Amino acid sequence: MSGLPSHARCIVIGCGIVGNSLAYHLTRLGWRDVVLLDKGPLPNPGGSTGHASNFIYLVDHSKEMTALTMDSVRQYRDLGVFIRSGGIEVARTRERMQELTRRVASGTSWGIEGMSLISPAEVKGLVPYLEAKVILGGFYTEGVGVVDSLRAGTLMREKGQAEGALHVAPKTEVTGIDVEHGRVCRVRTTEGDIEAETVVITGGVWSPRLARMAGTRIPLTPAVHQMIDIGPVPRFRGAKSDIEHPIVRDMDTNMYERQAGGDLEIGSYAHRPILYDPEDLPPVEQAALSPTEFPFTQADFEEQMQHALELMPEIVGDESVGVKYAINGILSLTPDGMPVLGESPDVKGLWAAAAVWVKEGPGTGKALAEWMVGGESEIDLHSSDIARFHEHQRTRHHVRARAAEGFNKTYGIVHPNEQWASNRNVRLAPFHIRERELGAFFFEAAGWERPFWYESNAPLLEEFGDRVTRRTAEWDSRWWSPIINGEHLAMRARAGLFDLSAFTIFDILGPGALASVQCAALRQMDVPIGRVVYTPVLSPEGGFKSDLTVMRLGDEQFRVVTGGASGMADKKWFRDQLVGGAELADMTSSMTTIGIWGPRARDIVASTTSDDVSNEGFKFGTCRVIEIGTQRVLASRISYVGDLGWEMYVPIEQGLKLWDTLWEAGRPFGLAACGIGVYGTTGRLEKSYRAHGNELETEYNVVEAGMAAPRVKDEDFTGKAAHLRHRQEDPAAMMCTLTVDDHTSKSGDKRYMLGREPILTRDGKRIVDRKGRGSYVTSAGAGPSVGKHILMAYLTPEEAVVGNQLLVEYMGERYPVSVAVAGATPLFDPENSRIRG
Amino acid sequence: MRIAACIKRVPITGGRILLTDDGRAINTQHLGFTMSPHEECGVEEAVRLIEANKGDSVVLTLGPPEAVEQLRDAMALGIDRAIHLQTDGQEWDAEATAAALLDAIRADEAARGPFDIIFFGNESADSGGFQVGIRVAYALGRPCVTGLKKVTPEGPSVRCEQEVEGGRDVYVVPTPAVLTVKEGLNLPRYPSVPGRMRARSKPVAVVTPRRPDPRLELVSLAVPAGQGRRAESLGAGAAAAPAVVDLLARAGLL
Amino acid sequence: MTVLLIDDRTEASRQALTIARQFGEVSAIAMDAIQPFAPDALAAAIAGLNPTAVVGAGTERGNDLLARVAARMNLPFAANCIAVEPGDPVVVTRQRWGGSLLETARLHSPRPLLTVAPHTVPADDGRAPPEVEVRPTGADTTVSVSEHIQPSNGGVSLADAKVIVSGGRGVGSKEGFAIIEELAGLLGAAVGCSRAVTSAGWRPHSDQVGQTGTKVAPEVYIACGISGATQHMAGLKGAKRIVAINSDPQAPLMLNADYTVTGDLKEIVPAISAEIRKRR
Repeated sequence: MSGLPSHARCIVIGCGIVGNSLAYHLTRLGWRDVVLLDKGPLPNPGGSTGHASNFIYLVDHSKEMTALTMDSVRQYRDLGVFIRSGGIEVARTRERMQELTRRVASGTSWGIEGMSLISPAEVKGLVPYLEAKVILGGFYTEGVGVVDSLRAGTLMREKGQAEGALHVAPKTEVTGIDVEHGRVCRVRTTEGDIEAETVVITGGVWSPRLARMAGTRIPLTPAVHQMIDIGPVPRFRGAKSDIEHPIVRDMDTNMYERQAGGDLEIGSYAHRPILYDPEDLPPVEQAALSPTEFPFTQADFEEQMQHALELMPEIVGDESVGVKYAINGILSLTPDGMPVLGESPDVKGLWAAAAVWVKEGPGTGKALAEWMVGGESEIDLHSSDIARFHEHQRTRHHVRARAAEGFNKTYGIVHPNEQWASNRNVRLAPFHIRERELGAFFFEAAGWERPFWYESNAPLLEEFGDRVTRRTAEWDSRWWSPIINGEHLAMRARAGLFDLSAFTIFDILGPGALASVQCAALRQMDVPIGRVVYTPVLSPEGGFKSDLTVMRLGDEQFRVVTGGASGMADKKWFRDQLVGGAELADMTSSMTTIGIWGPRARDIVASTTSDDVSNEGFKFGTCRVIEIGTQRVLASRISYVGDLGWEMYVPIEQGLKLWDTLWEAGRPFGLAACGIGVYGTTGRLEKSYRAHGNELETEYNVVEAGMAAPRVKDEDFTGKAAHLRHRQEDPAAMMCTLTVDDHTSKSGDKRYMLGREPILTRDGKRIVDRKGRGSYVTSAGAGPSVGKHILMAYLTPEEAVVGNQLLVEYMGERYPVSVAVAGATPLFDPENSRIRG
Repeated sequence: MRIAACIKRVPITGGRILLTDDGRAINTQHLGFTMSPHEECGVEEAVRLIEANKGDSVVLTLGPPEAVEQLRDAMALGIDRAIHLQTDGQEWDAEATAAALLDAIRADEAARGPFDIIFFGNESADSGGFQVGIRVAYALGRPCVTGLKKVTPEGPSVRCEQEVEGGRDVYVVPTPAVLTVKEGLNLPRYPSVPGRMRARSKPVAVVTPRRPDPRLELVSLAVPAGQGRRAESLGAGAAAAPAVVDLLARAGLL
Repeated sequence: MTVLLIDDRTEASRQALTIARQFGEVSAIAMDAIQPFAPDALAAAIAGLNPTAVVGAGTERGNDLLARVAARMNLPFAANCIAVEPGDPVVVTRQRWGGSLLETARLHSPRPLLTVAPHTVPADDGRAPPEVEVRPTGADTTVSVSEHIQPSNGGVSLADAKVIVSGGRGVGSKEGFAIIEELAGLLGAAVGCSRAVTSAGWRPHSDQVGQTGTKVAPEVYIACGISGATQHMAGLKGAKRIVAINSDPQAPLMLNADYTVTGDLKEIVPAISAEIRKRR
């Protein structure tokens, strides 16, 4: 093959580890006429892959990242480019030692083997040049290793080429990406134009520039991470391989040290964030080393030299060991630290796989290829989905602010509920001012400021006394307040008022509206006008793409309401499945939503309207417009907190008035403002309501989640064939609700799990189902009305027995738990009398 | 023993030199900086001589504020002190450079005694004037030997080896002397981490001399046209070997 | 009103003569007029002749000597010029970065002192200028050559070699040079290398080709795995033919060579050696 083809099935732009892997996997899955381009030369086109430190640590608190990493390791091993060295994360502080137990727990949840917490002496036994006195201990993972990512990419590329299915064109620069009628159609290069309907941007730090050529945006920023090589190290003389000692991550200093042949490589994520724009990157021939190896800024490494000297004085303090190489290396950072994968929400046929590091490169290529070819990847990629970003999150300002903030947390101790500090107050509910007045403690979701609890509710603690669980351990109490439990009890006793402004709301309209929602939803959508349906949304393989509610407002009008976190991805999902001339109208910034639930909710609402809101007059699962004062409010009688009440929808400019009206009406009844602590955790956990991203992922099917309805609708829908199959099988796992029997730690504190911890048998063994999935806590939180701390987890059928006694591992200790529910029966109000009453 | 080394901050160029829009300077946007290569060897030699003979060493530079990086680099290798003749970034011609360095050297010697040897690079990588060291030597009234590949102190003298066609010329001159050296004099060490850390607290004396009008006055720069080599491909891989050998045969070189 | 040319009896001096003639009537003074070579004494003699301009070849000795003349006469000196426009001031075009960059400058001086970069100006083909006698006074001989060391035998001198096989970072290691040495041996060639190679300690500095190494002028320069940084290219201006072997078809040296071979030098270089053996 000489010369660039004029047409291709798929063009992949960027020949780093991701591009190579993707091109290979596409051809492996049967695609032909794939073209792989790079403006740089081969084998090293000059991107981040070319100078990466190439080591792979396995454990990540993120299940998705760990899955991608483990798959990548398997691929590297199969290619013969993986050298196992082991890796140790060392702790210099007590807080870090505690964090290491959490790392072990995450590793256990995701099925990583060969992990252990070791003493300073044991660390020194493995890394003799480490000064044991400066550390308190370490977390050792045997399976950590280094790879030759350039070689891996070359081998994968050559495999694709051997098939005759892949044309590789280095030194070919993309000058334009043409889009017609919202679909990509052509890539223009310095060597000619190529027509194609599928284009993938795997351009690493150059990805945003490529995206702009197509009229869309990829939210990542090039950023610096410093690395130096010192040598020759006397101890490493005569080294037979690239690495013979475990890699060390000095977590508390945000640094790492690894042997590299006869040298020691030292890297740092501790310096001030240094961000660039893709325009700042030099062309290949102007760069002294490569376009992603910038001149080293010594001033930013001063403190790091000291830290490295403390940890490895034998080598770093040796006057004969010189600094041979030092660069400010360029890599990609995103606002939330996750990669950017998937089809662009703005341009059909334009895909991306960017901000992917060497350690998840091959796995990402495979997953994206599966997604492109078969419509779904084996690994659930919802956290990396390019469609996840809300508009403001794609702005340069936001990307840079969050990337800068996240950079120094690369090895940080990040609490699961930790909130971002930068770029806040972007989206405010119309009643935001009332929340401030009530002392709201705001968490951010999808850019919205949402009260997690209200400080002004402190008196509830006294009112409910012992029924409100306090927490004494600092970690458990971080980003939390016992007031949440007080609010929950107030709601269950009387009523609670909820800010639900962060919903993503969109209408499906037009002649094809019913057909379109039928296609996307598991449940029957051809319901009477005024019916509200809560439905799972399935992936092609019958797993959970999402779950949401749909209100039929007209023959040809369906209003879809989903959470802010998955809102943008859900919107793309529905838009991609529009048929019959249906249209999608985004109502998120037109409507606002207030929730009101509790036994007195009806009384409160009835006092504001003359419309019939009795149980007979306004049944559960229906919606209609009622008049509250001068406001026409779309009231929807459903409840994610499992109590009597409504979601109230009004145009955004009327939100404040509605809030005030309900607030005033509620005072005589003891209405309490309630935060998302109740809405998202305590309320739903007592009802065993599943949540997307927690219990519901593509990895688990509807039967396993305990959400299969007695009948399946006749109409076709995405995932139907798979769902029917799943109904025929014995489920490999069952979603269960567990409660903690004893919270007491060895030191006498009561500890409260936060989620993602492994569930073990009483013998301390992992519980793994026949599909290889391990049991872990998908959601954790208080159930104040039932007086229990609730954990949800998938268990194997053998373990999913009410009363079965198991263990949960939390912060290095194991606590007894019991299965309270196997299936979907709620712990609180199992008859659902409150909701339906 | 007292040794001084004079250095210059120069950019590290890649495969192509880019000029600024006004054509009067190199566009250094993507470039790192270093000590000019010949001078790196001068600094290394200074360090070795003091290591062997005890004494003190000084590194001097005329350059912009950022040139302190190169001074710290020199001190990381072992030089004791630095003198920074700070400019505002404008270029100084060789005469003016020599005059400013001369003043600083005289002042230091007045306070601390003469330098047995002052090292210069034979010529700087960028402007290549070939004269700064010689001018300083003449002003000081000291012998100057240029282009050296080997320097050996011998009592009150220093033996200097200069590479010429057909071997080396040897000069033996009395100290104090001024020597200009070339890359190849030694293989400079890489700084160690402790060396770098010590360099942070070594003293840098800053002076801001007045820039005189240049007598060799830069008007503009230009990247020369290529030599018209046509890059004819002889093929790819081992299969091109016969074509290469044909070429050698045609040139009568086999 | 004499323009003095420093004559070292090489082609470079005849090239400098071309420039010198632009300033007026030229007389020559022999570089070896004082034996043993004593640059300060020669500079004193030159200054004593009260020349209106002094021009020499931009060789090592030429630049050294002119700089001393300039220091002695307290005048500016422009080294390695490739063109001049006499006048007040003289406008010179001179080399920076070993010739990879050109500078246009005004020389504000009553008596221009300059050297001419070798191989940039055609040699003067007219009659040789009259020589001026030099009367050394015996002073200024502190700096003089006391001894000459012959090069250690073995190996062809890089500066003189007709064929050079040169390796860069692409060779990969010290041991990797075995194939380079093999080919050089078969061709009776000298072995050269890039600065990256000497910095890494794989070859001695005497093998280095480039701005701060040796400037070469072979019939053929075979560059293996050398990217072609400007400072390396600065050493190749005299090479008649450059053959570049590199896996990157767009490396600067590949774009500035006469002939290119794309691919892995570890395969190509041994193949060339094998082909030569085949034909012997």
